[in-house]
Formats: sequence, structure tokens, C-alpha cells
Amino acid sequence: MNAFDYHQAADGTQAIEQAVRCQQAKYLGGGTNLVDLMRETVERPQTLIDVTRLSRDITDTDGGGLIIGAAVTNAALAGDARVRRRYPLLARAILSGASAQIRNMATVGGNLLQRTRCAYFYDTATRCNKREPGAGCDALEGFHRYHAIFGTSSSCIATHPSDMAVALVALDARVHLRGPAGDRQLAITELHREPGERPDLETELQPEELIVAVELPPLAMAVHSQYRKVRDRASYAFALVSVASMVELDGDTIADTRLALGGVGTKPWRAWQAEAALRGQPATAATLAAAVDAELAAARPLPGNTFKVELARRLMIAELSQRLSDARNGGDA
Amino acid sequence: MSALDTGRSGDTQPAGVALAGDYWRPEGRPDPLGEKGRSGIGAPLSRVDGADKVTGGARFAGEFRFDGMLYAALVYSTIANGRIFGIDTRDAESLDGVALVMTHQNAPRLNTPPVFLRAPNGAAGDDHPIMQTDRVHWNGQPVALVLAETQEQADAAAESIRVDYAAEPAMTDFAIAKTQARQPDNLLGGPAEIRVGDADSALAAAAYRVDATYTTPRHNHNAIEPHALTLAWVNEPEGEGETLRIHDASQCVDLAVASLAEVFGIDISRIHITSPFVGGGFGGKTLWQHQILAAAAAKLAGRPVRLALSREGVYRVVGGRACTEQRVALGADDRGRLQALIHSGVAAMTRHNNLPEPFFQATKCLYAADHIRLSIDVADMHMLANTFMRAPGESVGTFALESALDELADQLGMDPLELRARNEPERDPTSGLAFSSRHLLEAARAGAERFGWSERSATPGGRHDGEWQIGMGCATATYPYMRMPGAVATITLTPDGATVGIAAHEMGMGTATVQTQVAAARLGLPVEKIAFRYGDSQLAGSVLAGGSQQTAAIGGAVIAAQRALVTELLSLVDEHSPLSGLSPDEIECRDAGLGAIGDGSRFESYRQILASAGRSELCVEASAAESQELGNWSMHSFGTIFCEAGVNAVTGEVRIRRLLGSFDCGRILNAKTAASQFRGGMIMGLGMALMEETLFDARSGRVMNPSLADYHVPVQMDVPEIEVMWTDIPDPHTPMGAHGVGEIGITGVGAAVANAVYNACGKRVRDLPITLDKLL
Ligand SMILES: Cc1cc2nc3c(=O)[nH]c(=O)nc-3n(C[C@H](O)[C@H](O)[C@H](O)COP(=O)(O)OP(=O)(O)OC[C@H]3O[C@@H](n4cnc5c(N)ncnc54)[C@H](O)[C@@H]3O)c2cc1C
Ligand code: SF4
Repeated sequence: MNAFDYHQAADGTQAIEQAVRCQQAKYLGGGTNLVDLMRETVERPQTLIDVTRLSRDITDTDGGGLIIGAAVTNAALAGDARVRRRYPLLARAILSGASAQIRNMATVGGNLLQRTRCAYFYDTATRCNKREPGAGCDALEGFHRYHAIFGTSSSCIATHPSDMAVALVALDARVHLRGPAGDRQLAITELHREPGERPDLETELQPEELIVAVELPPLAMAVHSQYRKVRDRASYAFALVSVASMVELDGDTIADTRLALGGVGTKPWRAWQAEAALRGQPATAATLAAAVDAELAAARPLPGNTFKVELARRLMIAELSQRLSDARNGGDA
Repeated sequence: MSALDTGRSGDTQPAGVALAGDYWRPEGRPDPLGEKGRSGIGAPLSRVDGADKVTGGARFAGEFRFDGMLYAALVYSTIANGRIFGIDTRDAESLDGVALVMTHQNAPRLNTPPVFLRAPNGAAGDDHPIMQTDRVHWNGQPVALVLAETQEQADAAAESIRVDYAAEPAMTDFAIAKTQARQPDNLLGGPAEIRVGDADSALAAAAYRVDATYTTPRHNHNAIEPHALTLAWVNEPEGEGETLRIHDASQCVDLAVASLAEVFGIDISRIHITSPFVGGGFGGKTLWQHQILAAAAAKLAGRPVRLALSREGVYRVVGGRACTEQRVALGADDRGRLQALIHSGVAAMTRHNNLPEPFFQATKCLYAADHIRLSIDVADMHMLANTFMRAPGESVGTFALESALDELADQLGMDPLELRARNEPERDPTSGLAFSSRHLLEAARAGAERFGWSERSATPGGRHDGEWQIGMGCATATYPYMRMPGAVATITLTPDGATVGIAAHEMGMGTATVQTQVAAARLGLPVEKIAFRYGDSQLAGSVLAGGSQQTAAIGGAVIAAQRALVTELLSLVDEHSPLSGLSPDEIECRDAGLGAIGDGSRFESYRQILASAGRSELCVEASAAESQELGNWSMHSFGTIFCEAGVNAVTGEVRIRRLLGSFDCGRILNAKTAASQFRGGMIMGLGMALMEETLFDARSGRVMNPSLADYHVPVQMDVPEIEVMWTDIPDPHTPMGAHGVGEIGITGVGAAVANAVYNACGKRVRDLPITLDKLL
């Protein structure tokens, strides 16, 4: 790890001032990802600006949504009674990630912006376009069991590893940003980029732009939402495939649905194709199968992760079927 | 935990402990401590060092300090074969706090260390020169070492070193290397091929046949305490020269001293290693480059050094378990009797070490096949030398053998336990020796009953619980009994108790506790009156904590020392003593003194004997008897592992619901520490079955998951309730009637899980680990 300066920002505005003033500054949340990457010399910031004094509040919005401060810890968010009642998939997603110790440290802002777990990205002795644009990608013909099947490019196939982000993408959350040029908002589905030719550019954030909050819009069907994660051991492992799902029935018709996937996308993967194929259709097995096929048509697996296509298929069908039967039974999961 | 037969009834308790006779001879007398009903032996005594460990009082190797100590950091190579072309250390040398940058260009002259299992004093993993040339032999080899005032400064300086390599072709792909495999000249000192009859013809003629290939991946050592040491070259007073003083995390202090003495060209009396606490060894805490480099750098810098490997560092410089590809072929008649048993295959190795992962070890003794052929080849690779890891050979070998047996049982439509029972041998099928103590079938039956084996569905896929398909599997566990030469014990007796000293090791197994217990029983003293000293190269003799042999090795030496002590004590008593005229073999140790066997009236306490002789203490030293028992019998521990697994029909996830081990390991000396050893081994077996795998990049020979985040071992939620039980039948031919219990727990688990998975869902996985993609 290189030597660095450390500042603690009292609020978002001050953090941005500090970031603009300093060379090669990085914001520091809980540090559970950034500090690891600094230890591996993958990240070498000259300055760390601690943003854990940003808002740690979770407040109600008028319409029945929530605004979550960027410095709210993962543990606090998962434990919030309103989240558990109105957006249970979010609590589930967070609790299925990392360990209790890490969740106590990790922040909402940091979780969204955590970087991929690709082993080649972490090891500076190997080639990685994300670390060093143009260097090549050792994962393509190497170990890529954990890598993406959606949104990949010939430059990079790394997955976005966050569980929480998958839930937020399913909920159509909005990200509140503050930067040198002022405040703005972004749909969370727009926050992360697919790698294309530039896997080093991971988000739409501008230089020095800061996440100050995440807003959850009201969403009635989210009360019966779920998050299911499949991984290589019972806990403390990243997703091979995870599914965030919810449905709303109108009689025997699927009135509305949200479906998002983790462990398979270069960004938290909203299953737009499947959703489109479900909305307004009869709630039958055939509908589910067709919708899931529609989504998987875009999958581009490699030898080491081909199994994810079948796993994602089975998991989406199992989860959607369960949501439908929950909805028929009055929504009790 | 439970004993099959505790055999403990208060009234029949023998009063004292007579001297152990010649347990190693065919007609010899068993060690009386092995007898049933001995008070103290077998009791679940809590760890004597438990409080120190949980309160931080126990100091580990990386927690000692010397004045003026520097911190070390290593730079590891990033190619698998070739030369260092250029190495730029200027930035590193200019950084604050940096005291030394050592590379092959300035390292002191070091001799090549003797290799474990190749030289009698060998503790080293391989015979590569250590930082003496520009050659690189594996991806991860240390190529530079930095010493600085703080660890952070050392780490930062190490990161700033730039190394240019001239890479040369490297054999890093096992798939290619195995096509050029060779037969090693020996396997753990024995033959690399064993033939009984003509197995190939017998197989061809058999009515029922299984012939399958099983593969197991590389595994790395992940002891909770990463390797660390703190050392100093100490100037002895009055021109006595220099001594190398090392606090190490070691499971072989004496071998390490001997090897280091050779490396530095100094006398063994010039090196002193202590290792009072070790946070897990499992075969990995021997001598690797880091200790040698730390000592060399300390010499060069003229200052003490602490070197603590990072977790990644352990993966780069400490060898692990080699990958294997094994063929098991079984031929049987319609009653399930084995006519042919073939276990052969290839394991990765290097040309610089001598440990072909001995996967057919267990097969040598388990089943009564008419014709047997066992063989191993090695595939030479450019990789860090592989080494011992908990039950080397048996852990991965039983996965193959016991899976194949399950496949045969399935073919025959026979209960897998019944198939094993039908092939229970009278004598060791390859050596022809009688077994010293084999109660496998008893252990299997008791385990089956306790586990509810009769509930198992005979056909796969017969039980469900929601999405979960549920199955049961079993497998035989086995590990050899060993007692290596070299153990010497001292006993120092004072009016207040006794100190037993032996250069043995405590790596968390409970050695200090159990040996305190054993010594107390043997000397007729309460446990509080016994001090057990270990983990110090200056103590007498040499005992390796490996091969599950430490308990027997220490036992053998303490038996000899007890005889020496009693003989000495008798020589001190005068004609007025009630013991006068008795010979050592008429004596037993009881009630803190010596008494005549069978005569309660003739007794004198240690205190009285010492006082009458005007002695404040008495010190004896004795060597263990030669391990002749190993030539007289086939000596092994046995057990049966039972597993109930759930396989998710949607996702292929495997969850172990229940696990039970029923063991036959001689006399159990401490029910608590033994249960922990069994359970710990079984948990490691679960890891091997379901998730452990070193990701060795076949293109670069580089380990890509050198961290506990990416190298998966079981977490709490992966581990179900584990039950362990044992026969507690003493082996008449071993010290205390005991066998080691450290390694057997991991054996059999891989197959028990694979067999349960098959029984659950009908899918046979022959490639470890059993990850969900193999079950979709
Ligand atoms: C062993 C291990 C296992 C894990 N397992 C899982 C898992 O199963 N599932 C899962 O989802 N996650 C997992 N994680 C990842 C964990 O969730 C993240 O490390 C954590 O959420 C990051 O949060 P943080 O606050 O510590 O971020 P930091 O490490 O502090 O920061 C991460 C990034 O975000 C930036 N940043 C932080 N806050 C802001 C802000 N307000 N505005 C702009 N930029 C900001 C930082 O500059 C940095 O680039 C695991 C981590 C570890 C170490
Ligand atoms: S997949 Fe992406 S992150 Fe991984 S090595 Fe390739 S470019 Fe780097």
C-alpha cells in the first residue's frame, strides 16, 4: 500500500471541495473494498476523503418511499423496520452478502461502487483491461466461473459483485448525486456502465461526483418481493446467480413484475426482456418459460460459466413461480 | 460424543501403573495404561492452555520481540520458470525506514537445505538454492526481501521493487504434464508399485466391474495462524560466538534446527528454536524459504527480524496438496467379493521434492481382494513443491476408492456397508501381516445404528423435502499408526511433582493436555502436579508432529523414562524402605509414590524417597524403544463416515444435513480433545468434498485465489451437527493402547459426501470439489 493523506469530510459539500483540491483523491466509505484494493496496489490514491460522516439517516418520503443516506451502513439498512416491511428483498439481498463484520462497516455508497472480484483484476502480475486499459484480459481464457454472461465485451467479462445493487435495480431506485457542478439524480439502472471498449470506466459518475443518497420509490408489490442467491457455500461467498423478483397479479394476468439478476451481469442486471414478456400475460408456466428464454437469448457464456445459463433459467422460473403462488395466496411468502 | 463401550466402572479401577513391558513384541505385555477403567485416561480434561489462548496470554511466533527488530516483506516471482534479468531496488532502498534490500545479488552464501523425506535431517520442502542465483523455479518464488523499521515501510518498499524476467517454457498444465508422467523411485520410502497376483486379468474376468477415473484438485494450507517467525543472531558472552535464536511456528523444531545448521554451515548447538504455540500445522509448518531468508537477512543487516507471511505469502512459499488423477477398477463376483482391485494414477510433483501424493496408501490395507495392483506416477511441473497436508494420500485416495466401492454396491444392488463387510480381510492384503487391532466392522455397525442407516433409500432419488433431494452415503476412513524413531523424554521429579520434557509440539491438537494427563496417570500424580514441556529444540530427542504419530512417539519415550525413573528411585532407597529388595517390574506408580504390585502395605512416596536420599530432585532421560511393532503387525486406525446430504433439485446446491464418524483408533486418551480432532478433520473433509480448490492457472502456473475470500473453506453454515463416536478398544501393541487421531477424520469424508449426493439425486460426481454446476 502506498502512503496517502487522509481527510474526514463533515458533509458532502466539503467532501467535494476536498476532492477538487487534492490530487488523485478517492472517497472512502467503510473501506472494505477500497482498502483491500490499496493493499493489492490495484488502487493507489494519494488522498482518501472519508465520507462516512455523510448522512446516516433513512427518512420517509411523502409518497411512501425512503431516502437512504449514502453513509448508512449495510447492516443498518438491512435492519431498518421500514425496509424489512416495504422492501424485504433489499434486506434479504444485503444479508446474503459478505459477513456481519463487513456489513457493519460497509456503506450504501461504497457498496454500489465496489469493484469487481475478478481474480485477475486483483493480481497485478496478470493482464487486465480494467486495471490497465489495453493490456488484455486474462480471464477470457482463464478462470471465469464467477464472470458475467450478460453485458460482456471482448475487453472484459467481469461481474458487478453487489447483491444490494441488484435489489435496488429491481426497485427502480434513484441515486442522488452531488458534484462540483451541483446536484443531480440518476436512475440506478443508469448508474453502472457495460464495459465495451473501456472496462476501466464503470459508472456514469463525473470526476469528484459523490453519491449522497439513494431513494426508493413507493412500490406496493415490493411488500412481497424476494431475493434468492445461489453460491458455492452456504454463506460468505459471492453470487453465482441471484434473482430479485416480485409480481403483481390481476386475476390470472401478470399485471406488473420486477426481475433483476446478480452474478451474471457486468452491471447489476435488470431483466428487461423477461419483464416485457411477462407484463400483461397470463400467469402460466408457458409465459414464464418464454419470458426467461427471452432474457437468456442475450447470454454470452464462456466454457467456465456456461452453467450459469441453465442455473439462471431454473432460478428465475422457480422464483417467479413462487412469487405467483404467493400472490395467489394473498401474498404471504 | 459417545464411546461404544466406555468400560468405566469405579470398583475395578487398578490402583497403580506398573512399568510398561515389551508391547512391541509378538508375545509382549500391553502397556497397562491402555487397560480399561484407568482413572484419568480418556477423561474429557479441558485444555491446560485454554485460558491462555482465549485471553491472549499464549504468545505465538509472530508476537515475540527483540530489541532493534526489523520487519520483513517478500517479493514473489511472477513467472514459473526462467531467469531474473534485471532487478531494480533503487526506489525501495531510498524509502524511509528501509534497512536492507536482499536479492540474489547480495544474499549471503547459503547451502541448499536438506529435503524432507530425502535426507534424514531434512525439513525443507524442496532442494532449490535459496536466493543464490538468478533462476526462478516457480511462480511465487521469493526474489527479494526487504527489511524496514515498520511492517508498512517494508511492504511499501517491496511493492516498489521492479523485476524483469527472461521467461523460459514452463510445464504448468497438468493435462500436458500427466502425459509425460514417470514412476517415482519410492513412495514415502516404500515401493511406488505393489502387485498381488494379476489384477488386470482378474478384472477382465470379473462378473461385475467398476472402472472409473477420479480427480482431485490442488489444495493449499490455510492454518488460522499464517507462518511467522521472530529471530535474532545473538552474540554469546565471552567470545562464545553467535547463536541463532528463533521463535517459529513449527511442527518439527529439531529437524528445522538440523536443516538450518546445514544451510548456514554451523553446528546445531548454535541454533535454538522454540515454538510454544502453533496456530495449526496440518503438515505445512515445516521449513520453507521464509525462515531461511529471514535468518540470512538478519545476518546481513546485523539486526533481529520478524517475518510474518501474509495469507498470500503462505500460498506463494508454503506447498500444498498436489492434484491427482486416479483410476480405481474393481472386479467382483456376484456375491460382491473382490477379485480385482486396481488403484493407480498420477499426481503432480516437482523434480525437487520427494512426495508423490500417496493416494493408494489406504488401499493397501482395506479390502481382501484376490488380486491387487497399486501404482503411482508423478507429473513433473514448474510449481511450488507440494507437501504433506492432513492425511496426505488417504484423504484424496479414499475419495476415489470409497466412491468406486459405492458404485460397485450400486451395480450389485447391495448395501454398501454389506459390500465392505464381505471384503473385510483376515490379514493385511498386501503385506500379509496380522492386524494389531482392527475393529472396523464394529465401528461401522455401531455408527450405522446411531445414524439410522437403515432409513437409507436403496435407490437414488428416493427421498425429498421440498426442493431438496435427500440421500445417505457412507465410506471407510483409515489412517496408519506410526511411531517414528528419535523420541527421548526427560522426567524431573521433585517433592512437588514432575516435569516431563520432550521436543514435541502443540499445534492446537491438545498434545500438552493429553500428555499431562497421561504422565499424571503413569506416575501416579494428580494432573496439577505435572508440567509438560515441549516445543523447544533444546529439549531431549526429536519428535515430528506429523503422521498422527506424536502421541505414540511421546508415549514410547515416557514409558522408557518412567522405567528409568523407577530404577533410579529404587537405587536411592535403603534397606529400611518398604520397597527394599523390589525390582522395577514388581513396582507400580501410585498415590504420588512407588508401591509393590499387589501389596498395599509396601509403599513409599516420592517425597519420602527423595528426602531420605537427601535429594531435592531426580532427573532421568530415556529413549523410546525401537518401533518394532511396525514390523510385526499391520497397524492402522479405522472408521466409517456417514453422511446425509441434500441436493437442491433446482440449483444443484449441496447441503450436508448430518455427519457422523464412528472410529476405531485404539484407546482414546481424552474424550474432549479427541472429539475435536475427529470433528475438525471431518470439517476439513467437507471442505475437500464441496469447495476447496486452489485455482492454479495452467498458463502461468500462478495461484489465482491466494486468499480466504476466494479459496473457500466451510463456514459455520456449511457445517451441520457432527457426531463422533469410537470403539475405545486399546491396541495391545502401542503405548497407552492408543493410535493417533489427528488425520483419520478427514479420510472417507469426500466419498461419504459423494455417495450421499449420488443417493440423493442419482448423479455420480468423480471430480472434486462437488460444486453445484456438476449437478445441474
Ligand atoms: C470477503 C468479502 C466478501 C464479500 N462478499 C460480498 C457479497 O457476498 N455480496 C456483496 O454484495 N458484497 C460483498 N462484499 C463487498 C462488500 O459489500 C463491499 O466491500 C462493501 O459494500 C463496500 O462498501 P464500503 O463502504 O466499505 O466501500 P469502500 O471500500 O469504502 O468504497 C468502495 C468504493 O466506493 C467509493 N465510494 C464510497 N462511498 C462513496 C460515495 N458516497 N460516493 C462516491 N463514491 C463512494 C470508494 O471511493 C470506492 O471506490 C464482500 C467483501 C469482502 C471483503
Ligand atoms: S474480466 Fe475484466 S476485470 Fe477481469 S481480467 Fe478481464 S478485463 Fe480485467
